[in-house]
This record gives sequence, structure tokens and C-alpha cells, in this order.
Amino acid sequence: MATTLSVEKKSGQRLQVWLAAAGALLLLYFGWSALFGLEPVNFCTGLIIPALGPAAKALYDTSNVNIIYLYEPFECQRLLRGMGMTIYLSFVCVVASVVIGVLGAWAQMSKSKLLRGFTQSYIQFFRNTPPLVQMYFFFFALSPLLPRVMTDYGIARPMFDAFTWAAISLSFFAGAFNVEIFRSGIEAVPRTMTEAAESLGFTRAQVFRRVVLPLALRVCIPSLTNNLVNLVKTTTLAFAISVPEALFVANQIWSDRVNVLEMMLTLFAFYIGLVAVLVWMMDRWEKSLRIPGYGR
Amino acid sequence: MTIKTHARTPKKPKADAPKPPPRDVVLAGLPPLPQGARSGRWGDWGADDFVRGFFSRRSALVICAIVASGILCGEAYAQLSPRGQERPGIIETMLNWAPLILFGRPGEIGGFALNILVSFMVMAIGTVTGVLLGIAQVTKSALVRIPAWAITQFFRNSPWLVLLFFTILLMPFQIRAFGYTIPFPDWIKATIGLALPIMANISEVTRGAIQSIPTGQWESAESLAFSRAQTFRLIILPQCVKRMTPPWMNWYAILTMATSLVSIVGVSDAMTLTKLAVDADGRSELLIPMYGMLLMFFFIYCYPIARLTQVLERRYAVVT
Repeated sequence: MATTLSVEKKSGQRLQVWLAAAGALLLLYFGWSALFGLEPVNFCTGLIIPALGPAAKALYDTSNVNIIYLYEPFECQRLLRGMGMTIYLSFVCVVASVVIGVLGAWAQMSKSKLLRGFTQSYIQFFRNTPPLVQMYFFFFALSPLLPRVMTDYGIARPMFDAFTWAAISLSFFAGAFNVEIFRSGIEAVPRTMTEAAESLGFTRAQVFRRVVLPLALRVCIPSLTNNLVNLVKTTTLAFAISVPEALFVANQIWSDRVNVLEMMLTLFAFYIGLVAVLVWMMDRWEKSLRIPGYGR
Repeated sequence: MTIKTHARTPKKPKADAPKPPPRDVVLAGLPPLPQGARSGRWGDWGADDFVRGFFSRRSALVICAIVASGILCGEAYAQLSPRGQERPGIIETMLNWAPLILFGRPGEIGGFALNILVSFMVMAIGTVTGVLLGIAQVTKSALVRIPAWAITQFFRNSPWLVLLFFTILLMPFQIRAFGYTIPFPDWIKATIGLALPIMANISEVTRGAIQSIPTGQWESAESLAFSRAQTFRLIILPQCVKRMTPPWMNWYAILTMATSLVSIVGVSDAMTLTKLAVDADGRSELLIPMYGMLLMFFFIYCYPIARLTQVLERRYAVVT
């Protein structure tokens, strides 16, 4: 009987899985190189500029449309690194906020009144204040309070850089919403499930991890997707504390080269593509998790 | 033979026990409402809902307590440190700056008042255009439906900040029409920039509400010889208003928080002025209280709205 619960994979879906894996690896590569300085130079000079450069240059000569990053190696590299940074920031924040969401939902179920009150305060505070002000608060107000660390060159620098603060504040912001989402999913799990698991001798933690959470996850994936899409879009706020992500870099390029419209449209396309990939992945996850007879 | 289960037996209601007044009413120090003060019709929530909104959760009080203790610690720090003697204390400084951050420079609209003004204007523009767009999304004609869907998805899935830059940088700063020159200051442009995503989201809310009305309503209206337009105006839309109110208010709260984004594009809202005030004083111990105060302004404005939304959601929940 247990085999009926697992959804059989069709052979046509295998290609999609491979595509998704390849896409994820590519994204991680970009993010990694953005953060650790491995420049995706060969991507620009080796692939993009030879392929699209002449056409972009001809376009600029005939009309006034200046898609500079298709024929200038420097701008191409800059933009790719910015996009990589956005992808990496999104990835870190998505993972961290989901972890915060699960932990928070668990804390809200706990018996300790103090823990529940604390979680509730955290949720209400982060849900009802602007994420930008939170980010400023973290970066300008909390950062100076932390001890400074010495670099290898003997220069004191703040303990966390702008990227880390952006990741922290965005994760807490989205995590507060995720806690509520997971909680609503947990509440949707029938009480009899927990009781049945308890009567089979599961401990509290086991019930949560093996029974409640897997069922709750299926209920809350749609709203989780919604929130994660929102989070990916909110990573643009890191612009305000000068993390070199896509918007920041695009802003630099259009300030230098005065091609606002082209860069703006590129940004739109980039973000819509990023969100589309996320939604597609979440959609596939939702389908693969579906249990026959549960939900629709 | 009886089988003992672990299922909880339902509690017996105690009919004779006097009903204590709700804790939130006690907290607010108000007399309990007379029975039947609200009829439950659409649109008649009263002051009591707003009071409940703020006081019914202990968390609001906990947060206020945390912030107050933070301010007091800062104050103590400022008083105890030797260089703090010739300077005004933290609370005094905050009170000095509060009018500027709330209302902006004298003679112009700015500060938190500007945030509120922008949020009102954006919501007005976004609701009118969004409802029209949402209706366009469910029309029969594909020529209207597909562009409406595309516009909605485009503005719903783009980052707000990018849209804001889009309008700020690409809109003209004035328009000449019929011999008049209409100026477009930055904050008007920012308002339009914020209205775009709100429009798209309200469009989705409208579409969802229209599609959540049972088909039976359409069919019975048709059998009563209503035209499609009449059905829509007289039967479907009034039911939608009720369903749309909670998500609409939710979006208002989100928007109010998003108005702080206009500080990035150079509008002197509460955020900009806070930053200026902190820079002007140049005291590092002011950072946390000042930004904390700003957070509190937003929290005090948004939290009651969020609570009220929950109350309305519960009241208008579709019972299936």
C-alpha cells in the first residue's frame, strides 16, 4: 500500500529534471563567482560578445539603442557579476528564510509561553515594519555595535559586510512570513494524524518531523511560492546598502553610459526570468510531492 | 464493547457561568460592547475593531516594552558617559527630531506625513486601475483578456524598486499641454511608480474574487433575464467587494511599508529625514533609538491595519 503514495515519474519528465539540475548548477556557478571573485570572463569574451556583439554594435550604429553589455567586455562582466550576486543573495535568503520559517513554526507549537510570545513578537515586528527600514536598522545601527575584526593586512573592518547584512535582514523579513505560512499549513493537518502518530509511540519531535511537517508542506507550498517570489524581488533593496547586485550594477552602467531604457528593460527581463525559474521549480516540487487523494 | 480512543472529548459548555469580558477589552480599559452592537453587514466596523486591532495581542505590548527599555538603556548610557553631560539626552533629542520626521520641513509636505499621503494616492490610483484591469482579465473577448493578463503578470513580477527607478528616470519632469505646464515633481513620479505594482496586485485580487463567486449566481441571474453587464454590476460586484476587502487592506499595509522606498530615489520622506537627523547630530548612540523610532512609526500605523484585516477575514470567511 505504501507504494501508492509515491508518484511515479514519467520518462518525459526526466529531461526536465536534468534541465533543472543544469540550470541550478549554472546559477550556483554565477553566484559563486560573484562572491568569490572567480570572474566569468570567458563567458563574456568567449561566448556572449562573439555571438551577439556585432549585431548589438550594428544596432547602436543604425538606431540609438545601446545594448552596451553585448559588445563591451567590461560592462558585460560587470552586469554578469551583478546578476550572479542577485542570484546568490536570493539563494541564500530563500534557504535561510525557509529554515527560519520551519524553526519558528516549531517554536510556535511549543509549550513554553515565553518562546511562543517571543516568536509572535518577532513575526509581528518584522511583518509590520518596512524591509528597507529594517535593512537600514541592521546595517547602520546594529553593525557599528559589533566588534571589529582584523584582516590579514592588519586593517580593522566591520564583522559583517553589506552582503551579509542584506542576507540577514532579508532572511528575517521573509522568515517572519514563512513562519505564518508554515503555521497555517500545520494547522491544516488533521488533529487525528498527530494523535495516531502519538499512539504509535512517536515522540513530539518525531511527530513534527515525520508526520506533521511533510503533510503541512504540501498544504503551504502555494503560499510559500508566493512569498519566495516576493523575497526574490525584495533583494533589490540590497541596492540601498550598496551590495553590488543587479540593480546596483545596472544603475552604475546607466549612469556611465546613459542608456537607462535598455538597462531597465534588461533588468525587467532578468527578474521576470528569475521569478519564472523559481515558480517553475516550486511548481514541479509541488507536483512531485502530491499525494493522491490529498489536496485535489 | 467500547473502544477507548485518544480523541479529545469535546468540552461541555458551561451555561450558567457568567461570561468574563474579553481580555482585550479589559486591556483597553473600555466597557464591554453592548450585545448586537454590530449587525455584521459590510462596512460597519467601528472604533472597537480598531481598539481590538491594537490591544488584543500581547505581542504589541511586548514590542513596545522592548523598544521603551532600549530607549531607556540608551538614555542611561548617554547620562553615564562623561561626554554626555553637555549634550541633550536621548529622549530629548528624539523628541526634538520627532516633528521633523513626522511632518517634514516647515512649509512643505514631507516625513511620515508624505509616506501616508503617497500611500493614499497610490491606493486610490491602484484600486481604480486595478479593478478595471481585473475585470478586463475575466471578459469573454480574448483581445482584452490576454493583454490585461500580460500587463498584470508583468507588473506583478517585477521588483518594486526597479519600477520606481523606471518611472523616476524615464518620465518627464513636466508636461506641456494646451499651453499649460504641468510639473511632475519626484514624489508624484514615485507615486505613479508605486501604483503600477499595486494596480497589478489589485487586478489579481479582483480576478480571484470574481472567479470565487459560484457559477450558480451567474446562471440564476441569466434565468431572471439579467444581461451580462447587469449581472456583473448588480449581482457579482457587490459580492466581490466583501471578499476583496481583507486582501485589499493587506495590500494597503504592504504598500505603506513600501513607501519608504521613495527615499532611495530622492524624495524626502521619513526615512531620508531620519538619516539626515542622525547625520546632523553625529552621535553613534543615537542610531538605534532614531531608527527604532522610525520602525515604531510604521509599526504603530500598520499593525492595527493588519489586525483589522484579520478580524474582517474571520468575519467574511466563506463557510463551506
